[in-house]
Amino acid sequence: MGSKNTMPFLISLFAISAAILLPGGCAGNCSRQDSDRDFTIDLPEDQSEDMERVKQIFYSLPSPLETALILKSSGAVFNEDLLNPVENVSRYMTNKSMAVNLGVYTTDLSYASLFDQPQISIDYMNAAKRLADNLGIIDAVDSETLERLEANINDREVIMDIVSETFMNSSSFLQESNREPVAAMMLTGGWIEGLYLALHQVDEDDIEQSRMVRIILDKKLSLEIVMLLLRQNSHNDDVASLMDEVRRIEDIYSKIEITRSPIEVDRDRDDGVTVLRSTTDARLDREVFRELKSTVTEIRTSFVS
Amino acid sequence: MIRRFPVFLFFAAILLTNLSPEAQGQCKAFARRICKGDLERYMHDGNYHAAILTEGEEAELYKTFYADQEYRIAICGDDGLPDIEFRVMDIQRNILYDNSENEFGGTWDFRLESSQQLMIWVRAPSVNPGREPASGCVAILFGLSTR
Repeated sequence: MGSKNTMPFLISLFAISAAILLPGGCAGNCSRQDSDRDFTIDLPEDQSEDMERVKQIFYSLPSPLETALILKSSGAVFNEDLLNPVENVSRYMTNKSMAVNLGVYTTDLSYASLFDQPQISIDYMNAAKRLADNLGIIDAVDSETLERLEANINDREVIMDIVSETFMNSSSFLQESNREPVAAMMLTGGWIEGLYLALHQVDEDDIEQSRMVRIILDKKLSLEIVMLLLRQNSHNDDVASLMDEVRRIEDIYSKIEITRSPIEVDRDRDDGVTVLRSTTDARLDREVFRELKSTVTEIRTSFVS
Repeated sequence: MIRRFPVFLFFAAILLTNLSPEAQGQCKAFARRICKGDLERYMHDGNYHAAILTEGEEAELYKTFYADQEYRIAICGDDGLPDIEFRVMDIQRNILYDNSENEFGGTWDFRLESSQQLMIWVRAPSVNPGREPASGCVAILFGLSTR
């Protein structure tokens, strides 16, 4: 009996999830290891004692805000053509399409906000509100929030704070209402949108020099958690079908080998910020890049159309 | 091997006693009211991670942290709980930071040269075993530097 068999039940009790957070109520030997052995989660072998101590285990993915920040710091530029048009919002009638595209829109909203696109940010906040409302997520975005957003249209700090608060509202609402499959699909939609945006920032003829490639390679770390989340919620038919799609991306990432050196801690710094020093060795072949870009674009297109 | 029945009882008990919507709602308010302020100049990433812990209990959180980003981890617990212990470890569980060596401070600022999967371990310590253990909300929030 593997611990994975307990996952759906445990998760049904504990999931804390939203655009960016997933629950991992794992009460035993939950060891996850990818094909390159660059990411392993080892939990205690004997859970009988640890169950009493380790009450809750969370797995957290990058939030849409963090994704947008990483894109920007890696040299991304704003390209409105990459966003899922807000006019598409009326197309999404099923639970799956609404949840996945809520993740897509929240990532687009963060991307637009961080690149100082106030009107686009308002449009995407409205689109996200409409999907959240249709999914029954109460007060994720209320009218007061929209008024505050419009009143501070040129203040990026305020806009980012509103976006952050909106995620937290969604996250906590889903936690309180035990709607893990919705949260899992929303999270996955946002994660794929982040990968889509990164892939479309890379010049195929200049892969070796692109800073964005590192972001794409690093996505392999969080892909492990995406798959774990989907597995935990795979009792839901919509999640199971989504998992099949994400598995295609996982298959491509399995061709990429990543090795990391041990971490050295440098804490004696004047600015008080500890630096974790380590190196990563990885390479993204052009052929694999094209395959990844094509597959992610195909999956993302199927989501938004 | 997982012993399924005890697992069921254990988690059912938690469901019935500790994870009520009211308790979680209080935890959300606590995280927003108290913990978010500890992020100071760092922008809250929007994630919400909170649990109701009783003295002696632990929680763990796994997250990918990205190269060249500067983060603040903020951990805070209800006033009724003792100082919350927390450690940050790599995937081999090597300790990178331990707040018990830093007067149980509730925040830690760090930057990474390469992206890493890290684990944050928190514990509500049991400081007075002779009395009824206290319970309360413990929240873990992440801030991002936008400088």
